[in-house]
Amino acid sequence: MSLSVWESEHQAETQHKEYHEEHVSYSLYILIWAALMALTAATAVIAGINLAALTLVVALLIALTKASLVVNYFMHVRFEDRIFKIFFAIAGFTIFVIFVLTFSDVYFRR
Amino acid sequence: MANPAMEPGNGAGAEAVPVHSFLENTGKHKGIFAWILSTDHKRIGILYMISIFSFFAVGVCLGFLMRLEMLVPGPTGKIFNAQEYNALFTLHGVIMMFLFVIPGIPATLGNFFLPIQIGAKDVAFPRINLLSWYLYITGAIIILLSLFGNGLPDTGWTFYVPYSIRTGTDVTMAVFGVFILGFSSILTGLNFLTTIHRLRAPGMTWFRMPLFVWALYATAWIQVIATPVLAITLLLIMVERLFHVGIFNPVLGGDPVLYQHLFWIYSHPAVYIMILPPMGVVSEIVATFSHRTVFGYKMIAMSSLAIAFIGYLVWGHHMFVAGETQTAQFFFSLLTFLVAVPSAIKVFNWVATMYKGSLDLQPPFLFLLAFIMLFCIGGMSGLVLGSLATDVHLTGTYFVVAHFHYIIFGGAIFIFFGALHYWLPKMFGRMYNKKVADWALGILFVGFNMLYFPMFILGYEGMPRRYFAYLPKYETLQHISMVGSWVLITGLIIMFWNLLHGIFKGERCGPNPWGGTTLEWTIPSPPPTENFETIPIVTHEPYYHPEADPEIQREPVPVAK
Repeated sequence: MSLSVWESEHQAETQHKEYHEEHVSYSLYILIWAALMALTAATAVIAGINLAALTLVVALLIALTKASLVVNYFMHVRFEDRIFKIFFAIAGFTIFVIFVLTFSDVYFRR
Repeated sequence: MANPAMEPGNGAGAEAVPVHSFLENTGKHKGIFAWILSTDHKRIGILYMISIFSFFAVGVCLGFLMRLEMLVPGPTGKIFNAQEYNALFTLHGVIMMFLFVIPGIPATLGNFFLPIQIGAKDVAFPRINLLSWYLYITGAIIILLSLFGNGLPDTGWTFYVPYSIRTGTDVTMAVFGVFILGFSSILTGLNFLTTIHRLRAPGMTWFRMPLFVWALYATAWIQVIATPVLAITLLLIMVERLFHVGIFNPVLGGDPVLYQHLFWIYSHPAVYIMILPPMGVVSEIVATFSHRTVFGYKMIAMSSLAIAFIGYLVWGHHMFVAGETQTAQFFFSLLTFLVAVPSAIKVFNWVATMYKGSLDLQPPFLFLLAFIMLFCIGGMSGLVLGSLATDVHLTGTYFVVAHFHYIIFGGAIFIFFGALHYWLPKMFGRMYNKKVADWALGILFVGFNMLYFPMFILGYEGMPRRYFAYLPKYETLQHISMVGSWVLITGLIIMFWNLLHGIFKGERCGPNPWGGTTLEWTIPSPPPTENFETIPIVTHEPYYHPEADPEIQREPVPVAK
């Protein structure tokens, strides 16, 4: 990596702020909030329906959708540099693998 | 432009830097406040060092008392009863794990040397750095407060349910203390990640970073991703104890095996929080005292990341007999064997670095040799436990105790001591007595093996861990182990006395007493408050020994105008 790359990594920080101000509006925040509330209501309603083996899958999918909304908009990751997306991807992938391995125990207990 | 400060082994630039070392008070605060309110990463590193080694002393005393209880096969009747023994090993484990080894090298030497090694003036968030020390102290105080509640926790450091939910002792308080400590760890990890990404000096590319920095980078990832799992798990224990919600307790419809999953999802990666930074230190020491570049630099750097990642996937090997399914056992056993590969890559590369090197058998290097031997014994015995068939017989015995003490004490802590011998002259500008250091290591090495090697045999013969009495047939080995603890403590006292004497009254040493090539050896000892007068421009690989490695000069990289 040359010095110019090093400099650009440092300059990136100042560029973020301008980027945020351009892309995130209050109306979008309110829209996301409404979506989160709707999904929460959906979770509560679906909990009352017997979906058998799919119960957990559906609950996790809704939770995943909510988490991605929060991460992308409230935490601004959607508008960030690639490095931050990679950070989140690594954390997300690790959690995914942890889930899979835990289920290698829990699922096969039946 | 070539930077004279990067010329290896000469300590150049020492005269050009202001004379105020970080040990001199130049800020607005005086006395103790100049330390406990300082945001200088070097002072925070020393604050951590004082706190951590104070707790280490307590942990050693508790370990010594546990061994003393093994004086006679049955209950001694005069030293401890069964309940007190349970409390002893719990407190020993909690202190050694959460207050000593996990913060260990990253919080002390990592804090001190990470910014210097990458050519920065401080960490990215100096105030958060100080906050993490306060969180550490707060967590420690809360754990100590559990002493004065309903009696010491008696669950073991793992706080396994359902016993930790049922016991009348003050588990909630102790667990809350560990919960707070977790935040300290997360903040340190976050700080290091940001520092390494954002504050590297010009020309300090990823593959010019010292391997200690690579190790801290991998460790920081584990701290940030794994620690929240522990925090939530401990929070759930508190919720269950206080509000009787059925999460882990089968009586209330909970799942106790789930607790073990969640606990080890953190605590096995935590083993790599403990061992990765020492592995980074080994790479530094081996390069300096072999007077050549590290063999397989990139492989060592990448193996740190590989260990950090695979380390996440092996937690189930702690639960082979806890009721997990055979499917899970198969995966976890396989993955456990895989994690040995990057560890072995490191060991082979260290040994290959020494091959045809110009070896200088100074105290830090001798500690390194002790580390490699003890770590190999610990690592290989880990494979015995990673195999399903043998684990069923050996789990819950002294074999496990011996295994993890060889890894954590013989590995991580021995090299922590080696790192102190390597870097204290840089930190304080004074040298300890090298002969005494050699003797202390010899005594430590003998004491350590006397104390822990018999435990392999005892475990193989069926001696269960955490029992305060034993069958008469184990008496001889128990006695050897007990005497070993006395030898070990003698070595510790001599070593710490020698280091402290060196810090305060040792001979003054120059900026680079060992001929090191990384950036910390280019600034004065002790380092100035701001580390560098001007930020250095890095033009070489970290372990640049032109006389030993002429081939390294083949690719000069222009980095600045």
